[in-house]
Amino acid sequence: MEKHLSAPFQKEEILSLRAGDPVFITGTVYTARDAAHKRMHEALLSGRSLPFDPEGQVIYYMGPSPAREGRPIGSAGPTTASRMDRYTPELLKLGLGGMIGKGKRSLEVKQAIRENGAVYLAAIGGAGALLSKAVLSSEVIAYDDLGTEAIRKLQVKDLPAVVVIDTEGNDLYETAIGEYASE
Amino acid sequence: MRNILTDKIIETVKEMCIEANHFLAPDMKEALERAAVSERSPLGKRILSQLEENLSIAGKEMIPICQDTGMAVFFIEVGQDVHIEGGALSDAVNEGVRRGYTEGYLRKSVVSDPLIRENTKDNTPAVIHYDIVPGDRLKITIAPKGFGSENMSRIFMLKPADGEEGVKNAVLGAVKDAGPNACPPMVVGVGIGGTFEKCALLAKKALTRPVNERSGIPYVRDMEEELLERINKTGIGPGGLGGSTTALAVNIETYPTHIAGLPVAVNICCHVNRHVVREI
Repeated sequence: MEKHLSAPFQKEEILSLRAGDPVFITGTVYTARDAAHKRMHEALLSGRSLPFDPEGQVIYYMGPSPAREGRPIGSAGPTTASRMDRYTPELLKLGLGGMIGKGKRSLEVKQAIRENGAVYLAAIGGAGALLSKAVLSSEVIAYDDLGTEAIRKLQVKDLPAVVVIDTEGNDLYETAIGEYASE
Repeated sequence: MRNILTDKIIETVKEMCIEANHFLAPDMKEALERAAVSERSPLGKRILSQLEENLSIAGKEMIPICQDTGMAVFFIEVGQDVHIEGGALSDAVNEGVRRGYTEGYLRKSVVSDPLIRENTKDNTPAVIHYDIVPGDRLKITIAPKGFGSENMSRIFMLKPADGEEGVKNAVLGAVKDAGPNACPPMVVGVGIGGTFEKCALLAKKALTRPVNERSGIPYVRDMEEELLERINKTGIGPGGLGGSTTALAVNIETYPTHIAGLPVAVNICCHVNRHVVREI
């Protein structure tokens, strides 16, 4: 069922989502990809605080291209989520509400999604120009030296995505493929 | 001898970087349009039409088609009667990449060392493959390569006894493993034969062939068609969310090989299969 979600996510809302639901996200999301996840992991290891409190928040696995003058952001599509798998369960334990990316997740991540009541969503890979239209503003809040990999706080309006892994452990990548497979 | 100035090369490369990242070649556009019509899944159809809309926004508003504007890969044919004036050819290509990625608002995705991982901040160096050919022209092909799909590419050192079936299974296996990670619908570049590195290069080069052009070798053409059909029966579909369009084309290149070997490389590209060719 098509749903409009506001980010950060509320627990009840997350629990109501099912794999296959198309959603439109409005509100605040944080970008983080490989290098930022590594730094957050190191921060947690050494007892330092994270650049933002993950409780209910949504991470968008995305590293934009530079913005032209007068625009909030450049091309802004999702990157492959599995590269963040190693760092994801600890963020989910801290209350992370959702992740937007593309591609499969590990068994450990799926389990942590179920146990902690979170959701994994896919945005269309390779549609960075289209998806950039949903970004209203962008502000680097941490790790500026990482360039495109810095953590950005984005305000988004109706960012389109599809629920892939829900709190019941359903995985759209596994079920949807079966419907059209004949090889 | 014909003189070609490095300034001319720098300017051409700069323009090619920007063009490739904002405009897809007509063959790719047509393939996506056809797929949007033939796709069986409603969600898949919607994704394909969004990809068409994405292309139109990219070109009209000069926003890169994909934020991963890639590592700049070049195939350069250097006529043996060409004399490069003004500096080293590779330096000129890298300078063109530097300017193209900086002035064109393209993402800088290259790190200077694979383990130390410091961003070079100008997307250099490029990966450049040279061929020396007869004549006095310089033919430059750029194919910026995103790593969502590059990471899903594979090499198989098969045995001669594995034969055609072995090759087909290798390609299908690589595509199934790639699934949603490689941003389907994909273009599948396959290199068969040569040596370990030669087949990888063939697979990469295969991606620069237009998707509506089949191999000139009859059995290879048959294999391209059969593999495309079978890949589209895997059900992976657009975005990996299920459907009948998993690949837009399978392009295979072959080369003679050793009596003991059957190397196969599968270089997967996403639907943003970018390539621009210019001749100087």
